[in-house]
Amino acid sequence: MEKGTSIHDYDWWLLTTTLAICGVGVLEIWSATRASHLAGMHTHQIEWIGLGLVLMLLLSRLDYHTIMDQAPLLYLIAIIALIAVLAVGHKQFGAKRWLSVLGQQLQVSELVKLIIIVVLARFFSEVRTEQLGLADMMKAAGVVGLPLALIMLQPDLGTAMVLVPLVAVGAFLAGLQWKHALAILVLAGVMVPVGYHFLKPYQRERVTTFLRPEEDPRGAGYQILQSKIAVGSGGFWGKGLGNGSQNQLGFVPVRYSDFILAALAEEIGFAGVFVALLLYMFLLLRLVQNAQRAHDRAGMFLVMGVTAVLGFHVLVNVAMVIGFMPVTGIPLPLMSYGGSATLFVFLALGLVMNVRIRRFVN
Amino acid sequence: MNDKRLPQERLAVTSYVIVGMILLLLSGFWKLQIIDSDKYAQMAERNRVRSIPIIAPRGTMLDREGRVLVDNYPSFSVLLLRDSPSQVDKLLPQIADGLGMTLDDIKQEIEAANAMPKFQPIIIKPQASPSDIAFIESHRADIPVLEMLMVHRRRYPHGDMLANAVGYVGEVSAEQVEASDSKLKPGDIVGKAGLERQYNGTLMGTDGMRRVIVNSIGKEVGRLEQQEAIPGKPIQLTIDYDLQNIADTYMANKEGAVVAMDGRTGEILAMVSRPTFNPNDFAIRIPSAEWQALNSDDRTPLLNRAIQGQLAPGSVFKIVMSTAMLESKDLPENFTAFCPGHATFYGRTFHCWRPEGHGTVDLHKAIVDSCDVFFYTIGQRLGIDKIHEYATGLGLGRRTGVDLPSEEAGLIPSEEWVQRVYHHKWYAGETISVAIGQGAVTVTPIQLARMIAAVSNGGTLVQPHLLKNLTPKPDRFPLADDTVEQVTQGMYGVINEGGTGSSLKLQNIEFSGKSGTAQLMSYEAGSHMGKKGKETNGWFVGYAPRRNPEIVVAAVIQGSSEHGGTTAGPVVRDLVKAYYEKKNGLTPQQYTAKNEPGSVPRASGNDPSLDPPH
Repeated sequence: MEKGTSIHDYDWWLLTTTLAICGVGVLEIWSATRASHLAGMHTHQIEWIGLGLVLMLLLSRLDYHTIMDQAPLLYLIAIIALIAVLAVGHKQFGAKRWLSVLGQQLQVSELVKLIIIVVLARFFSEVRTEQLGLADMMKAAGVVGLPLALIMLQPDLGTAMVLVPLVAVGAFLAGLQWKHALAILVLAGVMVPVGYHFLKPYQRERVTTFLRPEEDPRGAGYQILQSKIAVGSGGFWGKGLGNGSQNQLGFVPVRYSDFILAALAEEIGFAGVFVALLLYMFLLLRLVQNAQRAHDRAGMFLVMGVTAVLGFHVLVNVAMVIGFMPVTGIPLPLMSYGGSATLFVFLALGLVMNVRIRRFVN
Repeated sequence: MNDKRLPQERLAVTSYVIVGMILLLLSGFWKLQIIDSDKYAQMAERNRVRSIPIIAPRGTMLDREGRVLVDNYPSFSVLLLRDSPSQVDKLLPQIADGLGMTLDDIKQEIEAANAMPKFQPIIIKPQASPSDIAFIESHRADIPVLEMLMVHRRRYPHGDMLANAVGYVGEVSAEQVEASDSKLKPGDIVGKAGLERQYNGTLMGTDGMRRVIVNSIGKEVGRLEQQEAIPGKPIQLTIDYDLQNIADTYMANKEGAVVAMDGRTGEILAMVSRPTFNPNDFAIRIPSAEWQALNSDDRTPLLNRAIQGQLAPGSVFKIVMSTAMLESKDLPENFTAFCPGHATFYGRTFHCWRPEGHGTVDLHKAIVDSCDVFFYTIGQRLGIDKIHEYATGLGLGRRTGVDLPSEEAGLIPSEEWVQRVYHHKWYAGETISVAIGQGAVTVTPIQLARMIAAVSNGGTLVQPHLLKNLTPKPDRFPLADDTVEQVTQGMYGVINEGGTGSSLKLQNIEFSGKSGTAQLMSYEAGSHMGKKGKETNGWFVGYAPRRNPEIVVAAVIQGSSEHGGTTAGPVVRDLVKAYYEKKNGLTPQQYTAKNEPGSVPRASGNDPSLDPPH
């Protein structure tokens, strides 16, 4: 054991909550796929979770200050990986997002998210003024802007969007001035129509579909409508595990992944959703508490970076499932099936644990 | 020890944001899962379950001996499932191509069904050909919106035989659906005319429903409980196929009507109306051009002349006059008139059909020879209202109550009628024409059959009917036995004492009757229209035996220039003869082979060994 840290310093509540969410996810993956050719995929998910736990533990042992010292190098690796994926990446579903690493398809943007959390934490912790200056803001925007542009080129709008709240939360905690915040909001408001112009056709379709889903129920609005039907028809107690016709008969798209909460809502109803969302709330609040108790600003920024990313994932995914937001392809952390996404969350939680166990270190 | 420079306030704000976010999301679930739950549950059910109707076959129609007159044959229609309009739109060109239809045709079908709920499939092609079936089967995976529907198509195996009485079926109209108290739904096949319409409630079954579970690409993955179709009930008719066949054969290429009826019960044994139509043409879906043609045809093939043809009865009306004369006692029983071939009433000369005259005639001779002058005289003595009273009493000018839709009443003029319709007084001269069944008088063939039966049975007006197990409600217009005896003796004489129907004589059968030849228009009008000679309606109403007839046949041949006894008489005779032959146990082959007049008829009771046990 490293000096000054002990097994008791780990956040066991956080870990318990995390595993509870994973458990619900595995259960629903099993239920949603058991009667189809996809049956058995929940065991893969368990394997990812196991691997994630190991990686989390390993990452927590490596002092986060040491990691943050390597921020420039990590940033360089991230940029190279993003360029590599564009050049030689494996194309799937019309987008280049995967790189082969040790025979496994790795979603590069997940790794990049992790690196950007570290890079931004270092950046903001080095701002020593009470209030965040305009120059610092521009620098932060530049640091995030390059990888964001590269991710947009894949194209992966969802992951690119995640970087925005990451900067926003960081800037907010670094002392963003209200007048600046207001100015950015106004600027963003102006940029939205311009940005829409640069969207890919399928992305535009998703936006229009979101705004008017009933116009084309079998086309692009189909996914949202079917998801809402699944959720709504679940009622309070749900139709029972394995009995959700909407997900079992394939009306709900990717019911084991992005739309897993729709499948869950259909099969175990509002009661199940209530428990799941409370678990997420507890997880996020626990993260904030860890930030509040961090040893230094660097640790606090690191934890809040993770909080921002996970919170944004939960918000966008759940809002999509109930038709509050368009389809973006952002998975639900810890529940949706997927190796890269699961490993990312555990590595991110590894950073949090890292900060946690060093909170009393001088 | 916490770093003093940590922005604790702003961190606290993020906590509140997190709680707010979760509450917002939960409210979204509350709305969907608690408030709108029923709506989405229905939508999920509609996604999951595909309902395909199971069409109930219509009941068949049998003749009185159980021979099939109308039945069904299995066939396939093409169903379009419309629950996903955009998918349907995308597939339409492919569907049109595969089914050999134009895109516009299909769009029209879809348009027509716009008011129906989207989850109800519609028929886009009523009659699927083998290649259509092959197309649908081979494209199950990529065109999941098509489905085959087994239907029971109406079949009229004897073509146009009995068509006007049987009627036809067709797709229910929007008005009918509305009036049906949701018993009918768009696309249902219902009886549109004749017996098909009259007994639609019995004939039509209740469609069932096959409910299957489908996945998101429309593939069937399971079955739910099936609601079986309840087939319609068959009905047995009073029609005798053999007699119908005889009447039908005789009437081929003629214009007119024949109705044969059991004089005791009102059971209709045969009913023909010509020209006619083939109801099989309606069984699929009649092309609108064909429908237009049938409807606008001057020869009115859709009209059932036996119950809807309102024609001048001509001399058959003299039976009403004779009955009125005897019953009213306004004239002495042995009243005679002298016929020089014409007579003058109210300053106008009326001709007898026999220019050389009949000499002195009494009632019997007047009926046998159909002397017009005798009946002119009686008509003048009785007056129009007396004539109206007896004609109406004997069922003319009012519906017989036959179990067919749209029966016509005909018209028996009266002083009241002329006042009401024409607002002037009755011209006494008109009575003279009415007395020989001309002028404003119109009747239907079925009314004449019923009237003759009533006169010969003492005044029982049967309810003519086609449904075997209908309990008829007869009407009474009591006649004195002496009246019945005198009038029926006259009608017996028409055939058996050298009267107007003497060529129709049947051995050993008390075949009696009365001919009529009604002028359609005057000589002058006829020549104006370039017609040669007289256009007439030739009537013959015959029956047997003389009193309490078992069979009464009324026949009318329209547009012939010949005498009723010659044009209409033979079919009446043939039917009466066939009736007795059948009654005496001869098989249809035997008597149809011996169709020539004068062959050996057998009156009932003549040879007990030939009588079938009753």
